Amino acid sequence: MSNDVPADLADQVPRAMHDLGGVPRFLCEAVDTAPHALDDFDREVDAIRQILGAKGVMSVDELRRGIEALPEDVYHRLSYYRRWVRSIASILIEKGVISEAALRAHATSRGGR
Amino acid sequence: MILKDLDERDILNGLRALLAEKGIADAAEIAARIAATDAANPGQGAAMVARAWTDPGFRALMLADGTKAAEAMGIPMRGLPPLGVLENVPGLHHLVVCTLCSCYPRAVLGYPPFWYKSAAYRAKAVRTPRALLREFGTELPADIAIRVVDSTADYRWMVLPERPAGTEGWDAARLAAIVREGDMIGVTIPSV
Repeated sequence: MSNDVPADLADQVPRAMHDLGGVPRFLCEAVDTAPHALDDFDREVDAIRQILGAKGVMSVDELRRGIEALPEDVYHRLSYYRRWVRSIASILIEKGVISEAALRAHATSRGGR
Repeated sequence: MILKDLDERDILNGLRALLAEKGIADAAEIAARIAATDAANPGQGAAMVARAWTDPGFRALMLADGTKAAEAMGIPMRGLPPLGVLENVPGLHHLVVCTLCSCYPRAVLGYPPFWYKSAAYRAKAVRTPRALLREFGTELPADIAIRVVDSTADYRWMVLPERPAGTEGWDAARLAAIVREGDMIGVTIPSV
């Protein structure tokens, strides 16, 4: 069996930014295999997403759509859970669960950690 | 992009306040969910692997239906995507990736590790898996084939590694202690 899969036509087909399988620009980047502990922000965003899912307010597919709709530079610049919280906020605003104005009003009130 | 001028921490502050105000999620509920999520860890998957190594009936169940096997270990799987189990055998090694995002069998392994979510891991796994394994210190002999499996939002995979030589007569608890997170994703191989 050959060592690796050869590059092929797939490299020339335009694809969505999150479709990273085999994407040449990342093949030379070392994988950071060191453990990175989640922080309170990460855990809270994760928990909120789960609760929204369990209550039928927002599905995991909607979360993905919100992440995949981020501009490419933002997608690659933001940490994992920073992408999530942006997706959650936009989807909930889009669905009318919350309003952008109300979110803005509360955003700077520094409710927590 | 909406809310472009806001930092994500501020977005979270706004979200937290609004979800409480609307009765969707309050602080206690969020704290409880964090605690429950933190409790899931690779030790659960390791216990499944060790049991499969010592109990042929469980091994058969695990390969046929990972979800049922997890439930048999007391792990709640209700409402979660199905869990598939990929068995490493002599000559065939499995590696799991989620090329599109980070889909991971969280119920049995806990939060996905940082590297699993990285662009480099997602890009390399399907193109240069052997070189990728080397980054984790795993040198796979050339005569062992690698099968790369893409986890998705609708179906999650874990690897059942081969039981290493030198563990004859070990009980399940002792075996579970040598099974690491990476062994169940396929970036490493258990050894003694």
